[in-house]
Amino acid sequence: MDTPLLSVRDLAVRFDTPHGSVRAVDGVSFDLAEGETLGLVGESGSGKSVTNLALMGLIPRPPGVIEAGSVRFGERDLLALAPEELRRIRGNEIAMIFQDPMTSLNPLLTVGRQLTEVLEEHRGLSRREARSLCARGLADVGIPEPETRLDSWPHELSGGMRQRVMIAMALLCQPRVLIADEPTTALDVTIQAQILELLSRLQERHGTAIVLITHDLGVVAGVADRVHVMYAGRLVEAAETHALFARPAHPYSEGLLASIPSFDGDPSEPLASIAGQPPDLAELPPGCAFAPRCPLAEEACRSGTPLLEQVADPRAAAPRYSACRVAPALLGRHAAGEATS
Amino acid sequence: MSPPSLLSVRDLAVHFPVGRRGLLGRPARWLKAVDGVSFDLERGKSLGLVGESGCGKSTTARAIVGLQRATAGSVQLDGVDLTRLDRRAWLPHRRRVQMIFQDPYASLDPRQTVGSILAEPLAIHGLARRRERRLRAMALLEAVGLNPRHVARYPHEFSGGQRQRIGIARALALEPELLVCDEPVSALDVSIQAQIINLLEQLRQRFGLAYLFIAHDLAVVRHLCERVAVMYLGRVVEVAERDRIFSSPRHPYTRALLSAVPVADPQRERERRRTVLRGDVPSPLDPPAGCPFHPRCPERERVADDACEARVPPLGPCGGAPEHHTACHLEAGLE
Repeated sequence: MDTPLLSVRDLAVRFDTPHGSVRAVDGVSFDLAEGETLGLVGESGSGKSVTNLALMGLIPRPPGVIEAGSVRFGERDLLALAPEELRRIRGNEIAMIFQDPMTSLNPLLTVGRQLTEVLEEHRGLSRREARSLCARGLADVGIPEPETRLDSWPHELSGGMRQRVMIAMALLCQPRVLIADEPTTALDVTIQAQILELLSRLQERHGTAIVLITHDLGVVAGVADRVHVMYAGRLVEAAETHALFARPAHPYSEGLLASIPSFDGDPSEPLASIAGQPPDLAELPPGCAFAPRCPLAEEACRSGTPLLEQVADPRAAAPRYSACRVAPALLGRHAAGEATS
Repeated sequence: MSPPSLLSVRDLAVHFPVGRRGLLGRPARWLKAVDGVSFDLERGKSLGLVGESGCGKSTTARAIVGLQRATAGSVQLDGVDLTRLDRRAWLPHRRRVQMIFQDPYASLDPRQTVGSILAEPLAIHGLARRRERRLRAMALLEAVGLNPRHVARYPHEFSGGQRQRIGIARALALEPELLVCDEPVSALDVSIQAQIINLLEQLRQRFGLAYLFIAHDLAVVRHLCERVAVMYLGRVVEVAERDRIFSSPRHPYTRALLSAVPVADPQRERERRRTVLRGDVPSPLDPPAGCPFHPRCPERERVADDACEARVPPLGPCGGAPEHHTACHLEAGLE
């Protein structure tokens, strides 16, 4: 990869709670290139949202503490910027959309007021100039009668419409990076299909890089170029999308893929599931956090946390990484399975 | 005559008054959340009720268990119409139909131990003495894969998946014949979701339960249900055996719904041709005239038919398969 647009290194975030400290993100590193879509996958509590809140400077402190790491964006380290400087980047060069468009829009302001505010703040436009740009922004995301909609209140819009408004707002300043945290999770599938199509069309037009945070592997399969899988605050696997789905190199990714009910599996067969429960971050086991649930765990897995390391996969188009001692064996098994089938 | 189905729903309607003027005034409008839903469910079988938010699937479920009064129509359990019973007369039937809710956090009383949560329905129905109840609670925990020794713990001491197991155990306490499951796995993480789906299937076989399974996730429904009914704006638009719905859907909405579901296979996901519906689901306060789906229907670009705008299509046989019904004026002309 050429110089990445965004480069996260060794990020660690801790929360101090009355019940003790938990490390929600632990040593996360990744790069994001211009125009690509990176899928960040994991279950609740895996740290995927906290990672992105941290790089936007949105971790509440206290109780949050950014313990270590850097986030390079061009010449700057976002973690070292003053809040004022970060605010100039946030919503301008890096924008974010959240899962719930109802709670992330201000119910007391019209749609138009919330949109024009972005341009007044970041571009110093007059309200009238901003208004016409905003109407165009709403038209771009497929909102009919955009001029009229500027005067609507958030509660007058449907969930899909609100999410479109959020996307229009995020794209007003033509950001170079868009962080989308479960952008379609609250929406129905037919509306989800519309929003995903819209995001990829806008990405093509503007070359925006997208970090897509989701628990839905189907969504990731459709739109991500690369996928990173998180578990208990750490990255456990990183790979190009096709390689990850065809040959997962971490038992957790493999378990996740197997537990999704499919449209062509035999419905009378029980689903493969991952045994046990996701770990309590306050009481992580020594060694690999996934070991207690892992069907392949060996004695050595229970001491010493495995690091994210490159694993050889001759069939993958790009280097791939796994934080698992048995990853080479797992990949070997996939290769053997494909050869016989 | 064949014996009556375990559950037989006929022309069920649930309408909510909106904009009532004063306490006794006439409502300005009616929101027709459920508007003429009919289906049957046989003993030991499972029926999936699918559709998007606002289609009326949850209201249908609530009307069946008696949490919501039906405006019209009937809900027959073994031939007895539950909608005509008063509260007292309903009680003996209530234990035969139990419900599992979506949110395992909100549906358990945080101040009660798991033991008393599970014993409560037994006490209400006078089914067991105090001492027996504790033993029954422990047996129920065991049946849903939890440790019976945790009977004295409180809900907050369990994870989300474990709490949903407690919700299932509570529903099983009265040995019901029918479980109405309203989105029982949609609040759970994928790895836990699979555990609960497997548990529900296992319990169904063990206790001979019938399921009415409400969900928006079609793949989950495919896994658990032998028959599937698709709802749109308060009506059933298609109902058929599982394989028919998934391999040869007839209603344009069912087709669009299936094509919108992302599949976890990058190759297929990127090659498939997807019908992206335009616009939103219309408000049930102001439903379109004629077929409720006509303003978004992709088929209407190919075949124009005035009937779509004029008349509500009835649910009728289609596709040459028995037990496959759809409500579409254009059905005969579809590929």
